[in-house]
Amino acid sequence: MAAKPKIIVVGGGLGGLWAAMRIAEKGIPVDIFSLFPVKRSHSCCAQGGINAVLDVKGENDSIWQHIVDTIKGGDYLSDQPPIRNLCEEAPAVIRTFDRMGVTFSRTPEGIMDQRLFGGVKNRRTAFAGGTTGQQLLYAADEQVRAHEAAGKVTKHENWDFLSLVLDDQGVCRGITAMDMGNMQIHAFRADAVIVATGGLALIYGRSTMSSNSTGAPAARVYQQGAKFANAEFIQFHPTGMPGHDKNRLMSEACRGEGGRIWVPKKAGDVRDPLDIPEEERFYFLEEWYPAYGNTVPRDVASRAICRAVRHMGLGIGGKDLVYLDLTHQPREFLETRLGGILEMYRTFFGEDPCETPMKIFPSTHYSMGGIWVDFEKDEQTGGMARVSPKNHATSIPGLYACGECDFAYHGANRLGANSLLSASFSGMVAGDAAVARVKGMGKSGKELPESTLENERKRQEDGNKSIMSSDGRENPFALHRELGDLMREHVFVERDNAGIDKALNGIGELKQRARKVSLDDRASWANQSLSWARQVQDMIMLAEVIAKSARMRDECRGSHYKAEFELKLPEGKFEGDPEYDEYKAKWKANNEKWLKHTIVTHTDDGPRIEYKPVDISVLPPEKPRDYR
Amino acid sequence: MAEKKVIHFKIKRQNGPTGAPYWEEFKMDYAPNHNVVSALMYLREHPVNVDGKKIEPVVWDSNCMEEVCGACSMIINDVPRQACAALIDDLEQPIVLEPLTKFPLIRDLMVDRQKMFDALLKIKAWVPMDGSWDIHRHAPLIAAGEQSVRYLFSRCMTCGCCMEACPQFHQDSAFIGPAPLGQVKMHNSHPTGKYANEDRLHAIMGDGGLTDCGNAQNCVKVCPKDIPLTDAIAQLGRQTTMQWLRDMFVK
Ligand SMILES: Cc1cc2nc3c(=O)[nH]c(=O)nc-3n(C[C@H](O)[C@H](O)[C@H](O)COP(=O)(O)OP(=O)(O)OC[C@H]3O[C@@H](n4cnc5c(N)ncnc54)[C@H](O)[C@@H]3O)c2cc1C
Repeated sequence: MAAKPKIIVVGGGLGGLWAAMRIAEKGIPVDIFSLFPVKRSHSCCAQGGINAVLDVKGENDSIWQHIVDTIKGGDYLSDQPPIRNLCEEAPAVIRTFDRMGVTFSRTPEGIMDQRLFGGVKNRRTAFAGGTTGQQLLYAADEQVRAHEAAGKVTKHENWDFLSLVLDDQGVCRGITAMDMGNMQIHAFRADAVIVATGGLALIYGRSTMSSNSTGAPAARVYQQGAKFANAEFIQFHPTGMPGHDKNRLMSEACRGEGGRIWVPKKAGDVRDPLDIPEEERFYFLEEWYPAYGNTVPRDVASRAICRAVRHMGLGIGGKDLVYLDLTHQPREFLETRLGGILEMYRTFFGEDPCETPMKIFPSTHYSMGGIWVDFEKDEQTGGMARVSPKNHATSIPGLYACGECDFAYHGANRLGANSLLSASFSGMVAGDAAVARVKGMGKSGKELPESTLENERKRQEDGNKSIMSSDGRENPFALHRELGDLMREHVFVERDNAGIDKALNGIGELKQRARKVSLDDRASWANQSLSWARQVQDMIMLAEVIAKSARMRDECRGSHYKAEFELKLPEGKFEGDPEYDEYKAKWKANNEKWLKHTIVTHTDDGPRIEYKPVDISVLPPEKPRDYR
Repeated sequence: MAEKKVIHFKIKRQNGPTGAPYWEEFKMDYAPNHNVVSALMYLREHPVNVDGKKIEPVVWDSNCMEEVCGACSMIINDVPRQACAALIDDLEQPIVLEPLTKFPLIRDLMVDRQKMFDALLKIKAWVPMDGSWDIHRHAPLIAAGEQSVRYLFSRCMTCGCCMEACPQFHQDSAFIGPAPLGQVKMHNSHPTGKYANEDRLHAIMGDGGLTDCGNAQNCVKVCPKDIPLTDAIAQLGRQTTMQWLRDMFVK
């Protein structure tokens, strides 16, 4: 090891910035790499809020309840000890954000306000107007800037992370990255590397996420040996507003405030929605779920919309669209209850939702799965031991992962407002763990020969050269669009094995074609096409991991749904009824078989899939979920 | 037959910081709901100019596409603004796109706004903290009203539109510009952030500081988030005067 240890953090969203902060505080120099100034990271998109039990609303909220909600929300598919720490330390994370100066919304007493969010009964979500993610990101950015001023943090912004530098023992000793100005590739030494590169929703083409959420960096470390877990678990938000560039998020609050979802009864009806009389409209959620109507949970709503559109062919104008209609509500009511949210629709669609029904469709939104990470169990508390180099360590020694790109905490489904929390918390834990690792190494480590760095750099440079000189004819932007179409067609809200097989075939073809890209841009300066072409190649690799993981999991759990394997709750039957007991036995047997992490290893022949038990020591599943 | 509806762009391009600028025009089929970013994405996939010539795709910056990350600032029909929130239906055609002029050009519509981040360093745009560890208490209480004023400023995306519109700010001027001044005001109003008021005020009291503001008031007109930058500047005027007096007499 070099005389003075150094840590690299790749990604400067909430996860990366928290990690950097923790490392700098311990006096260890940290280098941050990001595609653009970190302040522009995707974390700024989060609107709703961040969960932590502060119990300021007289509801006797408890940390234990937060733990239970998180575990059950994720359908038990997450290692539970770290969830315990996540929820226990959440109030501390919020207090720290408060001290950083985050403009959290206040009660008349001047304390932090909290509101209700999906999937829970108590008001547990702290928020800053309608831009919570932006506010949290900026606060973390400011603190990191303070460390930058003190010379402890060095930022490499406008750099594309390309690969890890591994030594002959397979230990991570640095990275290579490309300067997005002159397109030169450099290798950088580090004693530990943390990837905090965010989500992967762009694999589905358009999503609610930002351009940076390609999953390409995660795909890169996966191809170098980091195990990937639970990739099949992707959250789809029922009310995305499809756009040509992205699907903006329409808040669930619209359904809460009386929004009705419908399609014309006649397939391909081209009339203006307001000209379609009541009796010719199909309010399918109200018809299919009379008890909840339009306010059914996210996953139920998404599946119903897909059924109406894809199975019944009733999408507006034959497209993947349904109406979310608020026009029956008085304007004043809507303005007071949903003001900012409706403004967003006006800004980006130029239409007034008070006058015209909005058009929505489920959209890829969040990835629960990600790079597999470890934790050190504290046998005494049943939680995660907080000071250990094992926490958030990937399967490559010296490499850590945090934020949305890791697989921890959310299991098969994420609760709203839990991921700003997990991104921040995991950044903190990963930062601490990387520090523990480099401190524990002492001076024993062998100096990494310059040639190892140079070889990896050269390998990446050859990658660039082969793309730049390729005389293929594939356009990387078109390839990405095709990949998204394929994934949205076959590995979406509803899945079946025949469809996923088609996706896998299609991905196989795309993989081949992606080797023959041709760039319209041959410049050696600020060549975005080159960087994009590389990212698309890696996104295709990760799409294969997602599809294959989904293909293998023959059950319904959280966001992963295959109708063929659905265990249906017997209607009108309860504990003690033979039908119910039979159902419960099946449910148990299914858990026996499937309550396991999907663990994927990269091989030359494609993804190799194994299963690993889940640590359910905090709250073992005993009864099936029952919302009746 | 009616003429086919198109989206017509006239884009100012430049291959790199030292190249010569040139104009290139593009036409694409009209479709409802396009904004400037989504149209540029289409052109990137189909990089053909009006003469039918295949060209290098236009380079630009964007990330969130929801007007919160500040990346996609450019001059659209003479106004500096966020491209993602510029709806084609609202724009007069041909739509003229130019890079911001007050920052070093990288390529085509992409510029380097590092100067703004450097300014944030200079003005110490953060609340001083002992560390990120828990100290088992919150920040001091903040009245809801005060919080909402701070919130106006905390939405600043460092997008640079106000800097572009400011007649006093340009590539060779020392003036720090309106956006960082808004951040001084914001941090000075925080109950513990104000412990570093003196540092921040000193940072804007010398050359290139507050007094370089010419009071043109262009900044507030173009801010995509309607941040009351001129109010901040007026307030900082009073704060710096007080600081100047303190410096004189309390030595
Ligand atoms: C519309 C929307 C609303 C949301 N609302 C909420 C909410 O209300 N509450 C909640 O809890 N969660 C919400 N989420 C989820 C939450 O915003 C994210 O999960 C979280 O912000 C992810 O943070 P991160 O630090 O992991 O990644 P990001 O913020 O995405 O940061 C990724 C970083 O990686 C860098 N990077 C990526 N690729 C490379 C590369 N090749 N080389 C170098 N650097 C790279 C980027 O530059 C960036 O700095 C929402 C998500 C969306 C899409």
